[in-house]
Amino acid sequence: MKFAIQVNEGPYQHQASDSAYHFTKAALEKGHECFRVFFYHDGVLNGTRLTTPPQDDRNVVNNWVELAEKYDLDLVVCVAAAQRRGIVDEGEAERNGKDATNIAPRFRISGLGQLVEAAIQCEKLVVFGD
Amino acid sequence: MSELHTVNKSPFEKNSLETCLRLSKAGSSILLYEDAVYGALKNTVITDLVSSAAGDRKVYVLEPDLKARGLSADRVIEGVEMVDYAGFVDLVDASNKVQAWV
Repeated sequence: MKFAIQVNEGPYQHQASDSAYHFTKAALEKGHECFRVFFYHDGVLNGTRLTTPPQDDRNVVNNWVELAEKYDLDLVVCVAAAQRRGIVDEGEAERNGKDATNIAPRFRISGLGQLVEAAIQCEKLVVFGD
Repeated sequence: MSELHTVNKSPFEKNSLETCLRLSKAGSSILLYEDAVYGALKNTVITDLVSSAAGDRKVYVLEPDLKARGLSADRVIEGVEMVDYAGFVDLVDASNKVQAWV
């Protein structure tokens, strides 16, 4: 099965990102294909490399990064949601005159069209969050 | 091929499980995960509704989320099947679409 994931919640506010991560990992381990993970609304907060949880807590951001490295996942952050919440890559920093970036490795910022494309290209779109 | 409905909120917090049970068609599957696992328990005000839905639909509950909340398997309504994340994936794979009730 070719599937896509939508994550609508921040990493430490709601269980959605953990649920999405465990689902995606289980699906990839079964040999299914993940076309894209799209982070929308507060879900864009999964894409900052500055997240530093206590050492005895899970690192939700790094979990995604490591999964993306292992399976070459496409982790996409919604640009409009990212601008509102201060998730910045080099292109956005330049465009908006910001003095820093914080996008996590393996994540990229793009538009809602990427979600629509994922929904078209995939057999299943699984939505996590409220 | 049937629909898979996913519910993630406790029925004591939100009415999404009730709405899902009211509107889902016979033959479809319903997965209770995150706080919705409370909807899979015996002896609650929602138990009868879930039990009767399990008659013509398949109702599942995500075991890791039950365990994370300290809820044991013997508290789960009979006819509600426990699955792990791999089972969740299989449910998605076997359905023709997935509807998240948020």
